Amino acid sequence: MKALRNYLDKIKPNFEEGGKFEKLHSTFEAFETLLFVPDTTTKGGTHVKDVVDLKRTMAVVVMAVMPALLFGMWNVGYQHFLSVGQEMSFWPTFWYGFLRVFPIVIVSYVTGLGIEFGFAQWRGHEVNEGFLVTGMLIPLIVPVDTPLWMIVVAVAFSVVIGKEVFGGTGMNIWNPALLTRAFLFFAYPSKMSGDTVWISGLSKGEGVVDGFSGATPLGQAITGHIDVSLWDSFIGIIPGSIGETSTVAILIGAAILLYTGIANWKIMVSVFVGGYLMAVVFHAIGASYLMHIEPIMQLCLGGFAFGAVFMATDPVSATRTEKGKWIYGFLIGVFAILIRVFNPAYPEGMMLAILLMNTFAPLIDHFVVQGNIKRRLKRAKMVS
Amino acid sequence: MSEVIKIKRGLDIPLLGSVDSQYGKADLPELFAIKPIDFHGLIPKMERKVGEKVKAGTILFHDKNRPEVKFVSPVSGELVAVNRGERRKILEIVVKSDGANEKKNLGKADLSKTSKEEIVEKMLNSGVWPSVRQRPYDIIANPADTPKAFFISGFDSAPLAPDYDFILTGQEKEFQTGIDVLRKLSDDNVHIGISAESASKVYKETNGVTLHSFAGKHPAGNVGIQIHHVQPICKGDVVWVTQPQDVVTIGKLFADGVYDASRVVALSGSMVEKSAYFKTKLGASIAPLVKNNLKQDNVRYISGNVLTGTRIESDGYLGYYHSQVTVIPEGNYHEFMGWALPGFGKYSVSRTFFSWFCKKKKYDLDSNMHGGKRAFVVSGQYEKVLPMDILPEFLFKAIITEDIDKMEQLGIYEIAEEDVALCEFVCTSKINLQNIVREGLDLMIKEVG
Repeated sequence: MKALRNYLDKIKPNFEEGGKFEKLHSTFEAFETLLFVPDTTTKGGTHVKDVVDLKRTMAVVVMAVMPALLFGMWNVGYQHFLSVGQEMSFWPTFWYGFLRVFPIVIVSYVTGLGIEFGFAQWRGHEVNEGFLVTGMLIPLIVPVDTPLWMIVVAVAFSVVIGKEVFGGTGMNIWNPALLTRAFLFFAYPSKMSGDTVWISGLSKGEGVVDGFSGATPLGQAITGHIDVSLWDSFIGIIPGSIGETSTVAILIGAAILLYTGIANWKIMVSVFVGGYLMAVVFHAIGASYLMHIEPIMQLCLGGFAFGAVFMATDPVSATRTEKGKWIYGFLIGVFAILIRVFNPAYPEGMMLAILLMNTFAPLIDHFVVQGNIKRRLKRAKMVS
Repeated sequence: MSEVIKIKRGLDIPLLGSVDSQYGKADLPELFAIKPIDFHGLIPKMERKVGEKVKAGTILFHDKNRPEVKFVSPVSGELVAVNRGERRKILEIVVKSDGANEKKNLGKADLSKTSKEEIVEKMLNSGVWPSVRQRPYDIIANPADTPKAFFISGFDSAPLAPDYDFILTGQEKEFQTGIDVLRKLSDDNVHIGISAESASKVYKETNGVTLHSFAGKHPAGNVGIQIHHVQPICKGDVVWVTQPQDVVTIGKLFADGVYDASRVVALSGSMVEKSAYFKTKLGASIAPLVKNNLKQDNVRYISGNVLTGTRIESDGYLGYYHSQVTVIPEGNYHEFMGWALPGFGKYSVSRTFFSWFCKKKKYDLDSNMHGGKRAFVVSGQYEKVLPMDILPEFLFKAIITEDIDKMEQLGIYEIAEEDVALCEFVCTSKINLQNIVREGLDLMIKEVG
C-alpha cells in the first residue's frame, strides 16, 4: 500500500493546477479518494468527526442491492430456459443471466460516471458518489432485453437533465434512476412494454415452448387472470424487470438499509401501509380483476417492493422533514396501487407514483415547516 | 425543580481520556494572553502599549464598537506582545507574569446599597463584563439591555467535560455572592440548570435561584438547550448567560474588591498521560500542563472540548470561556480503502461500520475528516442530536440563502454555534454547520441588531 501511496504522491502534481493533466483533476481526485481516505484534518468547527461519509453510505446501499441483483441474474437465466423449454442446473442458469445483465451494469456506470466526472471537472467539485447507487439501480429496473444504446441515452438524459442541471447529487428533484426508467418507458414504449421484453431472447423470436407467454403477472392481470402463485411472486421466479421480481431478496436489502440506519424506516413502512390499505379498499370493492388481486399479492407484484425499499427512500428526492416522510411514503403506496388498478396501460404504477411524490415532496415539507413556524409563534404568544 | 426535564435527543460521544477527579501539580506559566478572537464581533482597541507594566485588573483594551466593554490583564507583569495575523488583525495580547500576582484595588461593594447601574459600571470597569453573554447571538451582553432572565448551566455535558461539582467545592461563598450580583442585574430572576445525575450540592445550597433539573445526553448541558426548554427566546427577548466559574470571579470582585482570574481547568483527552484538574488562571499558556505529559507528538491541542473548542499550539493560551484543555491525536494520514473496510474500531452513529459489535467501547478519535465535503444528502441526521423544536436543515438552508424572515421564523434567536456542534459531528456530508450558524448570527446582528 505504501508503494501505491508513494506512486500517487509522485504523479499527483501532474493533476494539480498548472500540471500536465490539470483537466483531469477531478477524475484523479475521485480515484485517489477511492483508494485512500484523504489525510485532511478538521479545520474550525468540531475537531472530531463521525467516520461515516457519503462513500460509505453509498457503498452500503450498493451492498444492500446485491441480493436483488444476484437473484435477478439467476432469474433472467431461469426465465430464458423456461421459455425455450430447457432444464438447466444452477450455475449455467446464473451464468446466462450474468452475461445478459452485466453489460447493462457496465453501460449504466460508464455512461453515468463519465458524465459526472465531466461535470465535476467543469464545476471544480469533487466527484459525488450519488451515481454509485443510481448506476446500480438502473440495471435492476429495466427489462432485460432493453437495447444497450437505449440505456446510454436514458442514463445520459437522467444524469444531465435530471441531476446535473440542478447542481448535482443533493440538488436533484427526481430520483435519477427512476427518471431513466421513465424516459425509457415514454421514449420507447414499444420496447418497454408488451409480453416479450421481460424474457431474454424472447423479443428476438427465439423458440418458445407452447403456452409460455412471457407476460409479467401484472400484464396478465389486465387480461383477467394471474398464473403465478403468491409464493412464486414472493420468491421472485416470475417475469419482470431484472432486479424487482424477488420480494425476498429486496427484503434482505431492506434489512441491511434499516439496520445500518441509512434508509428511513418511516418512508419504507408508510409506503407498504399506504399500498396495503389501498389494495384492501380495492379488494373490498372488487369491480375489476386488478382490483380483485389479494392485497398481499399486490405488494409482491411489479416494482412495488423494490420501489418502496430502494427508490422511495432516496433521501434527496424524498421529503426531508420527519413528519413529511410519513405523508410522502403513504401517498406513494396509495398512488402506486391506484395507478396500477385504474390505468392498466401504465402497469408500472410504482415508478409514476414515486416520481409524482418526488415532485410534491417540497410541498409536503413546506407545510410541515409552516406547521413548525406556527407552533413556534404560538409558543411566543403563550410566554409573553 | 421537582420535575426533571428529560432531554430525549442527543449524543454522548464515547471518547477515551476523561478527566480524573484530582488536582494535578503544575507551575503557573510565565505567559498569559487575552485573545480578541474569542469574542464574536469584537474589534479591539489597545489602551496599553507593549512594554507597559500592568496589574491583575489593569485594562488592556476595549471594544471599538462598544468602548464601555473593557478587557483586563489576568496577572501582574508586563505587556510583552500584541500578536497579529492576516491584515494586522489582533490575535493575542500577551502579558508576561512577574510572579507577584499584584492585584489592582477595584474597591469592595456592599450589594444592598448598590444600584443595578452601579453594579454594571463596576463590572464593566473591572473587566468581568465579557463573561456575561447574551442570547440571542451568543455575544458579549449589551450593558444597556434589561435581560428577561439570567441563565447558568451548572454542568457541562460535552465530551470529556470538567465536573463543576468538583471545581466549585470550596468556593460556595464566592459563588453565592456572585449569584446575588446576577440577581440584581436580572430583577431577581436567576436560573441554574443542573444535572439530574449529579449531586449539585453547591447549587442546591445557593439561595435565590431557580433550579431546573435536566436528564439526558449532550447537549443537555448547553445553556441554549436549557433555555429552550424552560423559557424559550422569542423575537425581542434577551437572556443573559454566564458560566459557574465566572460567577465565582464576579463574587470575588464584589466581596474582595479585586479581579481574581483564577480558573480550574480540566486537562483531558486520549493523548494525555496524566489527566487532572489544574488551578491556573484565565488566558494561561497551556505549556506547563502538557509538557512531558503526552503519549505521542503528533497531537492536536484544543482549548475547550472536541466539539466547540479552539485549536491552539503546544504553548498556546486558554480561551476566555474555556475550562478544559483536550489533547487528541492528529489525523493527518491516508487510509487505504478506509470507506470500504469493515471498520471494527471506528466510531459512527450510523451502523455502517462493524463497530456496533462492541457497544460499550470507548474510542480514541482523531482529527481526520473521514471524507470530503458534499451537499446535503442524508436527511434526518441532525434532528436526532438537536433537542429543540427546530428544523435544523431548513434553518441552515435559510441561513445559506440569507433569508432573514425564514431564519427568524425557524429559530435563529434560540440557537448558538455550540448547539449544532453535534449535528456537525454526525454530518455525512462533512458540512461545517457551526460556521453556517455563526454567519447567520452575524447577518442577524448586522440586519436586525
